[in-house]
Amino acid sequence: MRRSARDTDESAAKVTRRGLFLGGSMAAVVAVLGARMRHMQVDQAEEFRLLAEDNRISIRLIPPARGLIHDRNGKLLAGNEQNYRVVISRDDAGNVEDVLNRLTGILPISEEDFERALKEARKRSPLPIIVSDRISWDDVSKVAINAPALPGVSPEVGLSRIYPRDFDFAHIIGYVGPVSDRDLAKLDEPDPLLQTPKFQIGKIGVETWMEDTLRGKAGNRRVEVNAVGRVMRELGRQEGVAGADIRLTIDADVQNFVQARLGDESAAAVVMDVQNGDILAIASAPSFDPNLFVRGISHADYNALTENDHRPLANKTVAGAYPPGSTFKMVTALAALEAGAITTSTTVYCPGHYEVGGRKFHCWRSSGHGKVSLDRALGESCDVFFYDIAMKVGIDKIAEMGRRLGLGERHDLPMSAITDGLMPNKAWKQERYKKEWVIGDTVNASIGQGYVLSSPLQLAVMTSRIASGRAVSPRLIHSIDGVAQPAPAGPSLGLDANLLNSVRQGMFAVCNSQRGTGYSARIDDKSMRLAGKSGTSQVRNISAAERASGVISNNDLPWIRRDHALFVGFAPFDAPRYAAAVVVEHGGGGSTVAGPIVRDALLRAMSDGLPPLSAYPASQRNRIDTQQRGLILRDAEGNLPESTRA
Amino acid sequence: MSFLEYRLKTVPTGAAKILHVNWALVMLLTAIASVGFLMLYSVAGGRMEVWAEPQIKRFVAGVGVMLMVGFVPIWFWRNMAGLAYAGSLMLLVAVELFGSIGMGAQRWIELGPLRLQPSELSKITLVMLLAAYYDWLDIRKTSRPIWVLIPVILIMLPTALVLVQPDLGTALLLMMGGAVVMFCAGVSWYYFGAVAAMLGGAIAAVFTSRGTSWQLLKDYQYRRIDTFLDPSSDPLGAGYHISQAKIALGSGGWAGRGFMQGTQSRLNFLPEKHTDFIFTTLAEEFGFIGAFSLLILYALVLTFCISSAIQNKDRFASLVTLGIAATFFFYFAINMLMVMGLAPVVGVPLPLVSYGGSSMLVLLAAFGLVQSAHIHRPR
Repeated sequence: MRRSARDTDESAAKVTRRGLFLGGSMAAVVAVLGARMRHMQVDQAEEFRLLAEDNRISIRLIPPARGLIHDRNGKLLAGNEQNYRVVISRDDAGNVEDVLNRLTGILPISEEDFERALKEARKRSPLPIIVSDRISWDDVSKVAINAPALPGVSPEVGLSRIYPRDFDFAHIIGYVGPVSDRDLAKLDEPDPLLQTPKFQIGKIGVETWMEDTLRGKAGNRRVEVNAVGRVMRELGRQEGVAGADIRLTIDADVQNFVQARLGDESAAAVVMDVQNGDILAIASAPSFDPNLFVRGISHADYNALTENDHRPLANKTVAGAYPPGSTFKMVTALAALEAGAITTSTTVYCPGHYEVGGRKFHCWRSSGHGKVSLDRALGESCDVFFYDIAMKVGIDKIAEMGRRLGLGERHDLPMSAITDGLMPNKAWKQERYKKEWVIGDTVNASIGQGYVLSSPLQLAVMTSRIASGRAVSPRLIHSIDGVAQPAPAGPSLGLDANLLNSVRQGMFAVCNSQRGTGYSARIDDKSMRLAGKSGTSQVRNISAAERASGVISNNDLPWIRRDHALFVGFAPFDAPRYAAAVVVEHGGGGSTVAGPIVRDALLRAMSDGLPPLSAYPASQRNRIDTQQRGLILRDAEGNLPESTRA
Repeated sequence: MSFLEYRLKTVPTGAAKILHVNWALVMLLTAIASVGFLMLYSVAGGRMEVWAEPQIKRFVAGVGVMLMVGFVPIWFWRNMAGLAYAGSLMLLVAVELFGSIGMGAQRWIELGPLRLQPSELSKITLVMLLAAYYDWLDIRKTSRPIWVLIPVILIMLPTALVLVQPDLGTALLLMMGGAVVMFCAGVSWYYFGAVAAMLGGAIAAVFTSRGTSWQLLKDYQYRRIDTFLDPSSDPLGAGYHISQAKIALGSGGWAGRGFMQGTQSRLNFLPEKHTDFIFTTLAEEFGFIGAFSLLILYALVLTFCISSAIQNKDRFASLVTLGIAATFFFYFAINMLMVMGLAPVVGVPLPLVSYGGSSMLVLLAAFGLVQSAHIHRPR
């Protein structure tokens, strides 16, 4: 179609105007784009650069190897073992649930682990998901073989805690476990390490109390990661510091012997060096396998432990508070001697009972001991003698002496639930019960009954102090990272040597006088002779009616109502080296049940191997030999005999 | 002015046309495409064969197409406009029926070895048809309602077909490209004002009705609009991509982090880094200097087109040139606004730079029309 020239010019002019307007609008938009670029790339560049670095750089902690724990001779008690686990990396796996389902066909994955892994998978985190921890090498191979069907699944190596001498050290070393929310809540500024998956910290025992020493410092890796969190390269690495190794004062072999010797009894035994307080063995029975806790104990196993009336989880050596019974009599004697209430030659007539304040207190031997001196009173454990001298010296002096000997006082060891015990006096009863201290209380306390409570550890400290004459304190940590920890000999108790000697003589008489209560637990070898004291503490009241008709024998009582058997002792008598205290809960008579254990433990501490039969009285050697053969002991590497392994 | 009035002596013929090609425009387009080659090489981690090489091949082929189109007289293309428009409409229908699925929408059609996106093609054929329409129309009738309705229908046909794919970005580009041609042809301001007022009113009504008893859309639809307008409200979905793009762009700073040193793109924090988000890699690695330079190159292309259009007395030629310039402008402006967080994320590539075959071929063919208009302008 033809158009007039006027139309053409008009049309061209209009297109030019509109075209210029269009160009102007475009220029305005281009200016906005340029300005925005400038704003973002020049004014805000710094912020965006930081965000980009934040995206790209990830700091990964390298968990340090936990410090090892050895016994005094360098035997490994707590170590780290390489273990394998299976992890899934999100970006490679695609559908994590799918992969998990396929994995369950290959590995034994508990429902709990499965759910946890699924929960983990839903988080937008670059960290791989841990599916299964502590899997066997066989399972690792299975995963490797099926790798093509399991995208994103890979085995990983980590360190986990292992206790090679499991049962022997459960109560001493304790165990490690996963960090709980409660653990985190306790700390003001928790180490970021604690938040790393599957990190474990000490839960009880030395593992807990020496946590800071054992944990070490985390290293870190600065890595460049891509958008899905895969590490592209390492930018920098700072090595961590492994936890410090700890050496205990315990002798693993003695510990093993003592633990085995306690057997299935509900019992506790402490063996310590009377000179420097080193604890050679501290065993609570029955025990448990701490490795179960590290791996995550099953409900069935845990219930079995908590429902056992012998309370395997309780550390009876430091947490158990028992009436010390007659093992307390040395305290009463020393208090009276030092106060001058009696002399070493004072005698008391024992008719079998003692009447004071209108009440009648019985001697364990109802026919009485007749006229007894301190020597015989200790040796034959005459109660009346101590009732009498306690009345003369008073409870406050006795309590003071008890404290000097380490009773009623918390001995600070890196162990859990250490009890203070109880060393009562008048002020204590007033405060605690708002009641006057009565004469009967003193009489009961004089033979370690009534309010007096002490732990096996406290009894061992008491015995050590009597044996050495110095205020030795128990020590469990021998050295940290090769640096020996102070082992103070302890200041002198300030007791007259003659008085101490007379008490030691009394203890000697217990085991070496034919009428001594612990004569059957004597050591024949002159160089290792034993001095001790038995104790039998009632866990029930004996009524007058029962006393009249004859006290029921322990064997006729249900286990839980039987007396506790106690025995403390030190050896060699002539040059004291080790002290031991043993409590067998509801064991019956102290001299017959606990005494032989003290003797065996001390002989074991003094020997290189099993106690030599020659140290025992000839008449007992056959029985001891049988007994020794019956003990299931570890070899030098800490392994139990083949036949007993589960 | 119609072709009959061309004084044929003044229009170059034969090989002489080569001299009259706007070579500066060709150089500019080559420069822009080269930026693309460089970035495609970079985002492929220093490998040519992944994206850069096919892109170069396509560019070379595209330049050939451009010159071939350019050498054909512009009046031929005007006469072909109706056919081209009808052809692209048929292709859009065909893609709806037989097209394969790409990026969640039906966009591709396989024609032998060629993988064609008819929606790209229709942008140009629409501009051609509208320019031809206004070339034909008596200019006094331009603003009469009946003659305004016809181009609106011509715009709505391909737009509707693209919307059902669904490809919102291309639909918008089609409408805006068509509107620009109508605007440049001289359609009265009142129509544009009325449309703007209606759109504004509709948007206002939709938003003010929210939460009231006469709410126009469903709640989930509002939530979709929220995410569309403000991706940061959905930090794990679209918001994640846009914030990563902004980080890449901003962290480039003045001079950039260096060629192949962009951590955001190299470590895959950027989405679609070889297509829609390629500009962020450029901005990250070459900084403000690099990004702004590309913007200047684009602006120069526009300048050439607009100056060529306003100097051209042929109505079809200038309208086609302006329409193509506008389409080109909408491409890069929307893409840049999107990656800088100023516009919602719609799938619009960066012209000549983003990896993609049919988009580049169609664009270069369109610039062939610009060249043809330039070569065959009345003198």
